Amino acid sequence: MNTKTRTAWLFLAPMLITLLLVAAWPLARTIWFSFTDANINDPSSAKYVGFDNYFGPYGLFNNPNNSDGFWASDWGIAILNTLKFAFVSVTLETILGMAVALLLNQEFRGRALVRAAVLVPWAIPTIVSAKMWGWMLHDQFGVINHMLVAAGLIDHPIAWTAESRYALWTVVAVDVWKTTPFMALLILAALQVLPRDCYEAARVDGVHPVRLFLKVTLPLIGPALVVAVIFRLLDALRVFDLIYVLTSNNTSTISMSGFVRREMIDNGYIGFGSAASTALFLIIGLATIGSLYLGRVWLAEKKGS
Amino acid sequence: MRRAPWAVAALYALAVLVTVFSVYPFVYALSTSFKTGTALFDPTLWPSAPSLDNYVSLFTVAEQPFGRHILNSIMVSVIVVSLSIFLGVTAAYALGRIDFKGRGLLLGAILAVSMFPAVAVLAGMYELIRFLGLYNHALGLVLPYMIFTLPFTVWVLTTFMEQLPKELEEAAIMDGCGPARIIWDVFMPLLWPALVSTGLLAFIGAWNEFLFALTFVLDNNERTVPVSISLISGASKYDIPWGKIMAASVIVTLPLIGMVLVFQRKIVSGLTAGAVKG
Repeated sequence: MNTKTRTAWLFLAPMLITLLLVAAWPLARTIWFSFTDANINDPSSAKYVGFDNYFGPYGLFNNPNNSDGFWASDWGIAILNTLKFAFVSVTLETILGMAVALLLNQEFRGRALVRAAVLVPWAIPTIVSAKMWGWMLHDQFGVINHMLVAAGLIDHPIAWTAESRYALWTVVAVDVWKTTPFMALLILAALQVLPRDCYEAARVDGVHPVRLFLKVTLPLIGPALVVAVIFRLLDALRVFDLIYVLTSNNTSTISMSGFVRREMIDNGYIGFGSAASTALFLIIGLATIGSLYLGRVWLAEKKGS
Repeated sequence: MRRAPWAVAALYALAVLVTVFSVYPFVYALSTSFKTGTALFDPTLWPSAPSLDNYVSLFTVAEQPFGRHILNSIMVSVIVVSLSIFLGVTAAYALGRIDFKGRGLLLGAILAVSMFPAVAVLAGMYELIRFLGLYNHALGLVLPYMIFTLPFTVWVLTTFMEQLPKELEEAAIMDGCGPARIIWDVFMPLLWPALVSTGLLAFIGAWNEFLFALTFVLDNNERTVPVSISLISGASKYDIPWGKIMAASVIVTLPLIGMVLVFQRKIVSGLTAGAVKG
């Protein structure tokens, strides 16, 4: 080992030791717990139970609460809720974020003001936005119900966050409000480094703006867009706090992270909860690898064509 | 470029719509925070009899020591930011300025840590925090918070570190500076824009965190602000003090909005440096 390499590892050591202590070790322990019957009251007396927490009679993938089929069990519902939430909210955020970015990329008076305003939802802590919207969506006194009734769109107030028909989509709407700015800023940053001469030429040739957008802009910002979507998707798959606070974590909207915490901490089944968290970890890992792979294939195709 | 009048009108209409939609919920929360009693149920934006009662009660009710919670949050966030910056700068020096075997793999592994879900470490972290005797102490939250602030800080600082001119380092070596001197005396002054943006993002992350704070701290005096807000309650289960909740929300959000607006450009460049590289 030469001096340079030794210096490199010396300077890396504090960071690496910290990450091993706070990330790798707890992760390994959690995976280990998932193969035991650990209980929160005394985790040290845990016994090894193999794959019981996953596939045993009361295991995760064996219909944990004896309901009608896997997808009607709490864990099945949590998986479906998380997937629905992640895909719908990220899709909407991408479309709206793109629209806001295109708007902010135009030159007009007061643009700085609009850009500042767009940052406000992003700056607000998730818990605060959950409480704020919880209040605005209040079934009796909420301003949203008030407005909708006044406009004649609904004839009686709706319990947006409590009624299971609406609750998950309400969560999606609030998440879209809060995270669209993040998307918009990332897309805007990509838009602002696009070559101007290309657009000048297109304008002189009289290319239709929609065609210009699809044929020039979209392929050019593609890589940045893919990265932003992957970031958001991974973030959305681990959603917890928004749902926990906005809908009081009832079963109809529970997310996978919410399920893990409920089993592990509220019910005290560390072993079973760890199995669920390990499953979530694997799902997110697969989603990461899958989306990176798709993103790379997609970008390679772009380069090839 | 000259635009058609209808296009100009549409542009401004859209701009107004986006602005109102972004800002209205916070303005409404602000308005609610000045309302008390039955005025709460009147959805007009301007409170008819504005009062500061909600704000006062936040700091006077002994069962909910909100002032204490703010101090806890500040303490945790400041420690998390300082540690992340210190560890981030030293690591970024190695990753950004020294070419060694396994560098790419290491960067990938660090990025992977920032991707994994917080609950994946929940049980192990619970055990670790109990073992270290930090359960029920706000200070203990520093440990789990490093999981999401550190990888991000290392990544962004590495990107910035790579861009610094090589001549500077060479000149410093000529003058007999060791790596530590190079980092603190030569690079640090040049890195400050990156430090501001990563520091702010780490601060915001730690300030807003909910899951770990909810799980590892049950003592009422040790709570941090997000959990505190989620637990503000009234005399009965059905009597939710919305005015007070909104007052607390305004207090914890205003400084964030202020910082984000002041450092707009820095934050955006930090976010994009972290994302575009990945």
